[in-house]
Amino acid sequence: MDIRPEILVLVLACALVTVLPRVLPLVVLARVQLPALVMDWLRYVPLSVLAALLTLELMGTGLAGLIAIAAALAIAWASGSLLGTVVAGVALFRLLA
Amino acid sequence: MSAATFRSGARAGLPVVLGYLGIGIAAGVVERSAGLSYAEVLLLSTVLYAGSAQFVVASMLTLGNPAPAIVATVFLLNLRHLLLSAALAPALRKVPAWKNALIGLQLTDETFVVASGRSTLTAAWMAGLNLAAWSTWAAANLLGAALSGAAGDTRALAFALPCMFAGLLVLQAKAVQERWVLFAVLGVSAAVAGVLRLVSPGPQAIILSTVLGATAGLFAAQWTSAPKSSS
Repeated sequence: MDIRPEILVLVLACALVTVLPRVLPLVVLARVQLPALVMDWLRYVPLSVLAALLTLELMGTGLAGLIAIAAALAIAWASGSLLGTVVAGVALFRLLA
Repeated sequence: MSAATFRSGARAGLPVVLGYLGIGIAAGVVERSAGLSYAEVLLLSTVLYAGSAQFVVASMLTLGNPAPAIVATVFLLNLRHLLLSAALAPALRKVPAWKNALIGLQLTDETFVVASGRSTLTAAWMAGLNLAAWSTWAAANLLGAALSGAAGDTRALAFALPCMFAGLLVLQAKAVQERWVLFAVLGVSAAVAGVLRLVSPGPQAIILSTVLGATAGLFAAQWTSAPKSSS
């Protein structure tokens, strides 16, 4: 039930190296006007990071995962509902896997 | 657009909440199996609050890795938040720095994408989104820890993560007008991630893919569009 000292130190160290990249740009860059080119580049970051994360996830899930994600993409496109996409995707993966 | 209140922020976070329930339970199961106590699971999920990093911590602890190696891996893995935080900054220009710092503390891939669809954000809306996601995450981790003995297959639950990525990706993609820009970003990012995963798997794959994908989008936009007025 207790927190071991070595685990406490480990979690705090992990949190520190996580918090810095999370917080610093928000605090610093919200103060300055970025060049238009940088703003345009930043606009593509969400799509880009999602494509990378999804690709990496899918490379470990096999055929069932690929089918379920293909369906999830179609459902998301048709419905525009994130919630419906997650529920349907998980249910389909459960059926197939 | 609905008023940017705490309540509407929390409501916008509903899909993330649901996804975090699934992934959080899976994380709790894995963390408990790695020998962490309930208190340690709570500490990890509330203070570190980073899904993929928590899976990595649990698996590296199980494998007996030394703490410095675990911290270094978590650092590399979470370095991508630099990009997300920077991308969110312009929409939060009017928010005081100390509030932005608090908002940044709870920045995740999923809440970022939910928030990045909006042109202006308020601190209250972000707090609603963040606290809904954060409290769900902690509760789900604890639930997973409690279920770890009984839980059979958590793979289906953990599949909420790629489903959430897929849904968020489509929502983001719909907002991009130029088709070639979309193809460039998605194609380059996915291809780089795929190749890196095969050649040298590791947390740097996400960062490199993201940077190259966004840069490809920039080039595609410059090439395809007639000279456009800036911003």
